[in-house]
Amino acid sequence: MELLLAIITGLLYAAGIYMIMRRSIVKLILGIVLLGNGVNLLIFLLGRITKGEPPIISDSDKILEGIFADPIPQALILTAIVISFGLQSFAIILVKRAYKVLKTDDLDQLNTTDEDS
Amino acid sequence: MKTIILKTASNYLLPVLLLFSVFILLRGHYLPGGGFVGGLVAAIAFVLDAFANGLQNTKQVLKIHPGFFMPVGLAIAFLSAISPILFADLPLMTGLWAHEPVPVLGKIGSALFFDTGVYLVVIGAALTIIFTISESA
Amino acid sequence: MLEAVLVGFIFAILLVFVGRWFRGPIAVVSALIPIGLFVYFLWHIGGISAGDVIYESYRWIPSFGVNLSFKLDGLSLLFSLMITGVGSLVFLYTAAYLKGHKYLDRFYGYLSLFMAAMLGLVLSDNLISMFVFWELTSISSFFLIGFNNDSKASRQSALVALGITGLGGLLLLGGALLLGFISGTYEISEMLTQSDVITQHPYYALAAILMFGAAFTKSAQFPFHFWLPGAMKAPTPVSTYLHSATMVKAGVYLLFRFSPVLGQTELWHTTLISIGAITMLYSAIHIIFRTDLKGILAYSTISALGILVFLIGIGTEAALIAASVFIVVHALYKASLFLITGIIDHETGTRDITKLTGLRKVLLPVAIAGFIAALISGGVPPSIGFVGKDLIYEATLHSNNAVLLTVLAIATNALLFYGGFVAGVKPFMGQLPKKFEKIHLPSPLMWLPPLIMVTAGIIFGIAPGLVETTFAQPIVNVMFTSAEDVHLKLWHGFNLVLGLSALTLAVGTILYFLLKPTHQKETFISQFNFIAPKDLTLKLSDGFEWFGHIWTGYFQNGYLRHYLSIVVGFIILLLGYLLLFDFDLDIDYASLARITVYEIAIVLMMVIAIIFTVFTKSRLAAVAAMGVVGFAFSLFFLFYSAPDLAMTQFSVDTLTVILFVLVLYKLPTYLKLTNDKIRIKHGILSLSLGGLITILILKVLNEPKNTEITDFYAENAYKLAHGKNIVNVILVDFRGIDTMIEISVLVVAALGVFGLLKLRLKTKDKK
Repeated sequence: MELLLAIITGLLYAAGIYMIMRRSIVKLILGIVLLGNGVNLLIFLLGRITKGEPPIISDSDKILEGIFADPIPQALILTAIVISFGLQSFAIILVKRAYKVLKTDDLDQLNTTDEDS
Repeated sequence: MKTIILKTASNYLLPVLLLFSVFILLRGHYLPGGGFVGGLVAAIAFVLDAFANGLQNTKQVLKIHPGFFMPVGLAIAFLSAISPILFADLPLMTGLWAHEPVPVLGKIGSALFFDTGVYLVVIGAALTIIFTISESA
Repeated sequence: MLEAVLVGFIFAILLVFVGRWFRGPIAVVSALIPIGLFVYFLWHIGGISAGDVIYESYRWIPSFGVNLSFKLDGLSLLFSLMITGVGSLVFLYTAAYLKGHKYLDRFYGYLSLFMAAMLGLVLSDNLISMFVFWELTSISSFFLIGFNNDSKASRQSALVALGITGLGGLLLLGGALLLGFISGTYEISEMLTQSDVITQHPYYALAAILMFGAAFTKSAQFPFHFWLPGAMKAPTPVSTYLHSATMVKAGVYLLFRFSPVLGQTELWHTTLISIGAITMLYSAIHIIFRTDLKGILAYSTISALGILVFLIGIGTEAALIAASVFIVVHALYKASLFLITGIIDHETGTRDITKLTGLRKVLLPVAIAGFIAALISGGVPPSIGFVGKDLIYEATLHSNNAVLLTVLAIATNALLFYGGFVAGVKPFMGQLPKKFEKIHLPSPLMWLPPLIMVTAGIIFGIAPGLVETTFAQPIVNVMFTSAEDVHLKLWHGFNLVLGLSALTLAVGTILYFLLKPTHQKETFISQFNFIAPKDLTLKLSDGFEWFGHIWTGYFQNGYLRHYLSIVVGFIILLLGYLLLFDFDLDIDYASLARITVYEIAIVLMMVIAIIFTVFTKSRLAAVAAMGVVGFAFSLFFLFYSAPDLAMTQFSVDTLTVILFVLVLYKLPTYLKLTNDKIRIKHGILSLSLGGLITILILKVLNEPKNTEITDFYAENAYKLAHGKNIVNVILVDFRGIDTMIEISVLVVAALGVFGLLKLRLKTKDKK
C-alpha cells in the first residue's frame, strides 16, 4: 500500500504544481489545495502507516505500548488542515476581490502594481 | 434550496449537531475529537441551518455576530495557558488538574479550557468567513 | 580630538533641522567651524614641532580591536591644518559663490560632513575607523559632485567617482583586514613596531597591493585617474576643497602613513615610482590639449599627485621632505587657481580659455592673485614653489636611477609651469573683449581667499624656516626613527639643482609662448578616447548593466509560472542528480497482495478525482472533484488509524467546498489561456517532480524510523497530561503554545476575509 500511496503523493504534487503554473488564479488556488493535500500525505506516510491502531490509550492502560500509529504526524497534519482552511478562504476572497476590481482572473494581467495596465 | 424537508430537518439538526459538537469537544482528551473538530462540526451545523432557513434566521438564533466568538475563545485559551503562572507558580502551559473527578465531565483540567478556547475560535473564524462571503455573494 | 572630528558631523546633522536659516546671508557664519578648528590645530603646532605626539583612544568594538583612536603627529597636523585652513577659505568663498542658491544649506551640510570625515581620516590611528572615515569622504564627495542633481552629466560623474573611490574603499578594507591578520592589531602605531614581521610575511605583497589600490583610486593615479576630471562637474568650491587640496591627497596620506610600515621594499619602490611617473607625465601632457580651465587644473592636479606618489616611492629622506613641502605648495597654489577660475566662471559665465582675455582690467585683485599663484606653481623664486621644486630635484638626483627620474621630473615640472600660467595668467592678459567690459569685481569674500593663500606662498618662500619647523621636520621625525635635521633654504648657491630649476623655468616659458590652447587640439586628443581608461571602464560598466538587464529580465520577469518552473527545474536537477548515483529501491511487492478492495477503491477514486480536477473545463466541477479528493482523504485517514484527522478533514472539506461554490459560481468560465506546447512543457516538469517525490518517499521508507519522541509521548501522555487521546494531548498540552499561535492565525485569516469584503476600496467605489 505504501507504494500506491507514494505514487498518489507524487501525483498530487504533479497536479498541484501543474495547476499553480496555469494563468487562471482559480486554478492556482486549486493547485495550492492539491499541493497541500500532497504535503499532508507525505508527512503522514513518512510517519509510517498502521492499520486499525489509533494512538489512543485504552481505558485500562496508562501508557501506550505495542503497535500504534505515530501521533506526531497526525498532530502536525491536523494543524495543517485547519490552517489551510484559513489560507484557502483568504486566497479565494482575494481572487473574488481582485476579479471585482480588475475584471480578470488572468495572472499575466496582474503582474504589475500599476492600476492602469 | 429552501425545501420543506430540509427546513424541518434542520430545525432538529441544529440542536442535535451542536450537542454532538460539545460532546466531541469534551471527549477529545480521551477519545477521538477535540476543539478543532468540535468547532468545525458546530460551524457546519450553523451553515446548514443558514442554508435551510436563511442567513438572517441563523443570525437571529446566534444573537451575536459570530466574530465575537474569536476574541472570547482566544481569551479563554490564553488565560488557561497562563493560569499555571497565575495560580500555581508553574511554567507556561503546565497542565493544572482538579483532584476529584466532576460528574458527567470526568476529570477537569486547564487543558479542557484551552480546548474550549480553540473550539470557540474555530466556530468564530469559520462562521465569520462563510457568513461574510454569503452576504456579499 | 574626538570633539574636533565630531563638531563637523554635529553641524551637518543640525543643518537638517535648522537648514532654512542658513540659506540666506547668514550662511557665512558656518565658516566659524573650520576657522575655529584651524585655530585649534594651529595652537598645537608648538607642541608637535617640539616632538610631542598627542594620542587619544575611545573603545568602540574592543573585541574586534576596533577603537576610535586618534593621533596628532607631524603628518596628521599638516593635513589637519590644510583641511581646516583651505576649508575656512572655501566656506567663506562659498557664501558668495552660491549666494541665494536654494540648496545652500545642503551644500554646507555636505561640506562639513566631508571636513569632519577627512579630519577623522587623517587623525585616526586605527585602520578600521580610518576605513569608515575614508568611505565617508567618498560618500560626501559623491553628493558634492552630484550637487547639480538636475544635470545628467553631474550625476554620471558622481557615480563614476563613487564607483572608483568606492572600489578603493573596498581594497582598503581588504588591506586593513589582511594587515590586522598579519600583525594582530588594527592600531597603526602598533603596526609600526612590527614593520619587519609585516614586510617578510608571505601575504605582504597582497596587503601592499591592496593598500596601493586604495591609494591610487583615491588619489587619481593612472589608470584610475579619470574620475577626477569628471568630478569637475561639481561647483568650484568643491573642486578646490575636495578634488585638489584635501580628499585626493588621502591616498598620498595613506602611502605616507604606511611607508614606515610597508616601505623600503623592492615592490614598494618599483610600483610607486613607476605609477607615479606615468601619472605625472601622462596627465601633464594632457594639460596641453585642454581648453576648459577646470580641465587644465584637474589634469595638473593629477600630475601633482603623481609627483607625490613618485616621491614617496623614492622613499629617501630627501624625497619625503620634498613630498611634504610639495603638499603645502600644491595646496596653496592649486586651491588659489581653482578659486580664481571660480570667480572667472562666476563673472563671465565661461571657462573656455580661448575666449578669456584681458580680465585684469576689470578684476585686478584676482589677476594679482592669479599671477602669484602661477609663480608658485611654476616654481619661480622667491615663492615656496621654488623651494619645493629644488627639493624634488634634490631627491631625484640622489636616487638610484638619477638621470631618468630627473628628466621625468623636469618634463613634468615644465608642463606644470605651462599649466599654471595658462590658468593663472593667460585669462588676464591681452585685450578685454567688449562683452566683458561690464564685469564688476565680486564680493571680497571671493577674491580675498585666493589672495590670502598666495600671500602665504610668498611668505613661506621668503622664510622657508616656517615650513621647516612646523611641517617638514615633524613629518620626517614620524617617518624615520633617527632623522637628520631638515634645513630648507631659498638660496642654495650655484649648483646643479639651481641649473635644473633654471632649465625648467626656461622650458616652461617657451612652452607658454609656443603652445596655445585651441579646440583643434582638444578634438585631436579626443580621437584617442576609445583606448583611454575612462572609456574602457564606462564600456565595462555598460556591459555589466546590459548583463544585469538580461539576467534580471530572464529570471525575474514577473510571471509566477516562470519562477516556479525555475525553482521546480532546479529541484529536479538536484534531486535527480542525487538519485542518479544512489538508485536502489527496495520495494516490497509482496505487500501489494495484502491490499483490500476498499483501499483500491479509495486509491482509484483519488486518482480519478485528481485527474478530473486538473482537466475539467468547469470550475464547479473542479471544485467538486477537489472535494472528492478531500473526502477520499478522510476515508483514508480513517483506515490508517487517524480518526481525529478523518473527522477534521471531513469537516474542513465540507466547509471548503461550500466556500468555493459560494465564491466561484459568480465568476466566468475558464478561458484557454496557454497553448498546448507550454501545457506539455509544464506537464512534463510537474510529472518529473511528482515522480521524484514518489521515489524520495520510497527511499525514506526504506530507512529505519526514529521513534524517540513518539515513545516519549506514548509513555507520558497520561502520566503528565492526564489524557488518553495522544493527538489531542499533543495539541492542547505538549505543544499548546503552537496551537495558541495557530488559532491566532485563524483569527487573522477570518479578520482578513471580513476586511476584504466589508471594507470598501474608496477610490474604486466612487466611480
